[in-house]
Amino acid sequence: MKPSAFRYHRPGSIAEAVDVLADVGPDQGRVLAGGQSLVPSMAFRLAAPSTLVDINRIEELGHLSVQDGSLVIGACVRHAAFHRSVVDGVPGPFLTRVARHIGHYPIRQRGTFCGSLAQADPASEWCLVAVALGASVTAASKRGTRRIEATDLIVGAMTTTLAEDELLTEACLPLPAPETRLGFAEFSRRAGDFALAMVLASYRVVDGRIAGACVAVGGAEDRPRRIAAAEMALDGNPPGAETFAAAGGAAAEALDPMEDAQTSVAYRRDLVRTLTSRALERAAA
Amino acid sequence: MSARVNLTLNINERDYAVSVEPRHTLADVIRDQCGLTGTHLGCEHGVCGSCTILLDGEPVRACLIFAVQCDGQEIRTVEGLSEGNELHPLQASFRDNHALQCGYCTPGFLMLAAGILERNPSISDEDLRDVLSSNICRCTGYANIVKAVRAAVAEMGRR
Ligand SMILES: Cc1cc2nc3c(=O)[nH]c(=O)nc-3n(C[C@H](O)[C@H](O)[C@H](O)COP(=O)(O)OP(=O)(O)OC[C@H]3O[C@@H](n4cnc5c(N)ncnc54)[C@H](O)[C@@H]3O)c2cc1C
Ligand code: FES
Ligand code: FES
Repeated sequence: MKPSAFRYHRPGSIAEAVDVLADVGPDQGRVLAGGQSLVPSMAFRLAAPSTLVDINRIEELGHLSVQDGSLVIGACVRHAAFHRSVVDGVPGPFLTRVARHIGHYPIRQRGTFCGSLAQADPASEWCLVAVALGASVTAASKRGTRRIEATDLIVGAMTTTLAEDELLTEACLPLPAPETRLGFAEFSRRAGDFALAMVLASYRVVDGRIAGACVAVGGAEDRPRRIAAAEMALDGNPPGAETFAAAGGAAAEALDPMEDAQTSVAYRRDLVRTLTSRALERAAA
Repeated sequence: MSARVNLTLNINERDYAVSVEPRHTLADVIRDQCGLTGTHLGCEHGVCGSCTILLDGEPVRACLIFAVQCDGQEIRTVEGLSEGNELHPLQASFRDNHALQCGYCTPGFLMLAAGILERNPSISDEDLRDVLSSNICRCTGYANIVKAVRAAVAEMGRR
């Protein structure tokens, strides 16, 4: 179908954008970033915004840089920016591997990192990364700016705590310590589809034992989250198949998976069990 | 109906003055107002890739972008590939390698391949297959599409 009618604004600065949003936000106005989630939902008439505030030409939202040990990602930074390593060390190639799971190449040329967080799809790779690595975002409005932790931003499927008049201007992703190992695994039925489940695992090895473990699961519940039981199964134990399997079992058990006609609860648990081991193995490699 | 906006779209190095509603997608305007019907629409929600065009050199889904967003940008469609009657190497290679049957998906695949090969002529087989998995073809079974794109790389290098 075709999207229904809307008014179109294309502000040239953040100040101008938040001015427009203050006016149109409360009246069904929406930010248009990459449009790779919003435009399909408008085509289905699931969304019928009165006004779109197109942020694509706001130059000050295009920044991507490391500041104080964090990767700062402006709202116009597209998924494709991560096709190349954006930082030195382990996290650069890691983010590249994760990005390649987001839709398809042409989708990644338009879709944005921050748009993914604002969309809060349960199966968003970037939402999982943000929650696992402890990211925060900056939200700007005419009322001022505030910082929101990713875990406080993403509160349910397609649901965030952003207000109608707020523009998410940047995300701030703390970069793990250099010796941290990172692994990611996901499963989808066809290349480019949203994943049925995905796992991000990270840990350090101190004196032959795992320390600072993080196991985060996405796509299985209504939002990504860290699974404490799986992390406890890792910390203090030597890395290896047995420990990884124990963590996978703990993650599968701790979940309360979503269910749909094609994907049962038991199937998602099985996926998470396997994907946890896989992500941990990839981190070890 | 919302107010129309007048703008100029640059498509295949030619300017088109159009008058659009903000809700008109780039794909619809390319087809209905510019008369370039080589760009096809399959799903209209980003899944099939038949509407793929190049925007400032990068392949994008023309059904997921509004025409009003695209003034001042360089748009290329399948009509811009050949030089007069001489087919682009990708087009010739699709013909020679039986990479199309009904042809509905073909313009999208051609623009996808043109975009990626211009950017990365030495792309690996694995990466090429990954990129080509972006679009759907109901006829060919993909093998000949991969083969055709691979075969065109050498020819494109010669040009
Ligand atoms: C075929 C297909 C497959 C896909 N597969 C995947 C996948 O596997 N994994 C995945 O994660 N995604 C997938 N996507 C979605 C894609 O990643 C989107 O790019 C992403 O979800 C949203 O980012 P966007 O920049 O396109 O945002 P838009 O579509 O422009 O916006 C999405 C929502 O967020 C709001 N918003 C966007 N930016 C801001 C901001 N800066 N401030 C405030 N609000 C904002 C908008 O108002 C809107 O409500 C897929 C999309 C398609 C079409
Ligand atoms: S018509 Fe655009 S992706 Fe299908
Ligand atoms: S040739 Fe018919 S859909 Fe591809």
